[in-house]
Amino acid sequence: MTQETEITPMTEPQPEPPAHDALSEAAADPAAQRGVETHVVPEHRERKGGKTDAVFHIDGVGVSYSGKPAVRDVTFDIAENEITALIGPSGCGKSTLLRCLNRMNDLIPGCEVSGHVGFHGEDLYGPRVDPVRVRTLIGMVFQKPNPFPKSIYDNIAFGPRVLGVKGDLDEIVERALRRGALWDDVKDRLKDNAYGMSGGQQQRLCIARCLAIEPDVILMDEPCSALDPISTGKIEDLMLELKERYSIVIVTHNMQQAARVSDKTAFFTVELSEEEHRVGRVVEFDDTEKVFTNPADPRTEAYVTGKVG
Amino acid sequence: MAGRDITASGSRATDGRPRLEAVSPRYGEKAIFALLALCAAISVATTLAIVISLIVPSIGFFGEVPFADFLFGTDWAPTFADATFGVLPIVVGTLTVTAWALLVAIPVGLLTAIYMAEYAPTRVRRVVKPVLEVLEGMPTVAIGLFALYFARPLLEDIFPFLPWGGPFAVGVAGIAVGLMIVPLVSSVADDAMRSVPAGLREGAYALGATKMKVSARVVFPAAISGIVAAIVLAASRAIGETMVVLLAAGATPQLVAPWDFTESIQTMTAFIGTTATGDIATGTITYDTIFAVGALLFVMTLAMNMLAIRLVRRFREVYE
Ligand SMILES: Nc1ncnc2c1ncn2[C@@H]1O[C@H](COP(=O)(O)OP(=O)(O)OP(=O)(O)O)[C@@H](O)[C@H]1O
Ligand SMILES: [Mg+2]
Repeated sequence: MTQETEITPMTEPQPEPPAHDALSEAAADPAAQRGVETHVVPEHRERKGGKTDAVFHIDGVGVSYSGKPAVRDVTFDIAENEITALIGPSGCGKSTLLRCLNRMNDLIPGCEVSGHVGFHGEDLYGPRVDPVRVRTLIGMVFQKPNPFPKSIYDNIAFGPRVLGVKGDLDEIVERALRRGALWDDVKDRLKDNAYGMSGGQQQRLCIARCLAIEPDVILMDEPCSALDPISTGKIEDLMLELKERYSIVIVTHNMQQAARVSDKTAFFTVELSEEEHRVGRVVEFDDTEKVFTNPADPRTEAYVTGKVG
Repeated sequence: MAGRDITASGSRATDGRPRLEAVSPRYGEKAIFALLALCAAISVATTLAIVISLIVPSIGFFGEVPFADFLFGTDWAPTFADATFGVLPIVVGTLTVTAWALLVAIPVGLLTAIYMAEYAPTRVRRVVKPVLEVLEGMPTVAIGLFALYFARPLLEDIFPFLPWGGPFAVGVAGIAVGLMIVPLVSSVADDAMRSVPAGLREGAYALGATKMKVSARVVFPAAISGIVAAIVLAASRAIGETMVVLLAAGATPQLVAPWDFTESIQTMTAFIGTTATGDIATGTITYDTIFAVGALLFVMTLAMNMLAIRLVRRFREVYE
């Protein structure tokens, strides 16, 4: 949406308002990239009373692994150019929900998603949706930095290469590294193996790698949990910068981090279902400030104030 | 520290000082250690014994036959009255069989491995993996018979224009050896690819890579050292293979071009096999010849393994 046309080597200059409803077009079809032509107004967007600035519209989503429910009944919207934090105790399904948003769960055998996930009004789980295409629009950064065992340059160039992006690769790499606040650290050793970097640098590399394919949304699953406070600070600054351009969803166990960077917060908790399964669900979703200073639910308050783990 | 029990038994000496000595002499531990060391020593000693048993007769051999005549001579007739000792025909025979075998085993084995590691649903894996293991354990004499009586006529039907001669053909033997080592290549390469951390795959998928791109550009390169190891292991197997070539490649030590698919040849192993089972007396030149060929075979596989180690170092993509 707010992407500058000069930094989108894989697309035509984009008209406003953006339309991402060409998800279901095959990734191979260049004319359909970030489709403009086939704009259908999906019915739930009207249902929401014309509010269209939600990137994700999560409605009654439940996920189960091999029939065992892990999270259910999740309903909230993720807004554009905001940072949305998912917090809650371990095992409550934050990662599970996050992975639904770019269909990474498709890769886990036995994982099933129910309910509705809308992405700019398109059904993310529609029959014609190509999950590979989805992931080019919705990038992801993982808890443990996972650079490829290749050079720094090749790590960044990987995405553009597999997507067949035309354009000056050197330029794309430099731009991604600059935007990932890593350029000055590594500009003299682009050919070095990425495993020679520090953990914090590796994580920023993974963020930059994700930026190189120009996604709309970046999903981050505890991106700082393996990092020291200084690296964490750098990544937080980076996130605040990136939200000008991208929408970000972050899972974190660090309350201060959620409070510092996010605009909206969803608090998850684990409940026992009728069948005695431990199932995660969202207790509260609101502006971060509200969640941290004046939560509606006592469980939220207990959690954010550190009274319970 | 003084207030805490740190000895194995947790008890204290009567004077109140902590007891830091072991409670028992732990003879069991020492016995296990000795047993393990002994087992390791057995294989080292065996290897040494084999090497020595190859070297000693070889020294005798090279006392009579000049080294260059042996290595570069093109006539191999060591058992004739008018004996010649040019080993090249049987070396080329061995390498030809190996080349045909690898030509089959590398593509088939690696593609099988990629399928098994990245594509196959668990159900398929559960069936295919044991089948491959059965093939891996197939007696080589059965594969030799398969090559001689089944593959050879079949290939003649399919390619009637080739100059088929007698029952033996180097290409048929090579392909049979190749099929035999496919499971070896695929299972070692499969293990290597499956041990690539899932995080690397996820990283690539999250960038919009297709399964094929993830396999070819992330998993395969990350597993390259295991894959090279698989190929080297397979090549060693092919070089050392005896029974199949004895049955299917013939016993004609002639120097033919590697692409002469239908020619009968002899390999180094087949020579050793046939000659050693014949009636030969120790101390004769024929006897020493067997060991000289054996030593050369040993040097060849050793050189190949060393090459492989270097290749792996060069191309390895290290991941934690
Ligand atoms: N691949 C999987 N297969 C089966 N069950 C899974 C899988 N991944 C997660 N689960 C289950 O789903 C539930 C939610 O897990 P999830 O990883 O989403 O929790 P989380 O909120 O991210 O926890 P954490 O904060 O510890 O990362 C857990 O009970 C977990 O056991
Ligand atoms: Mg998690």
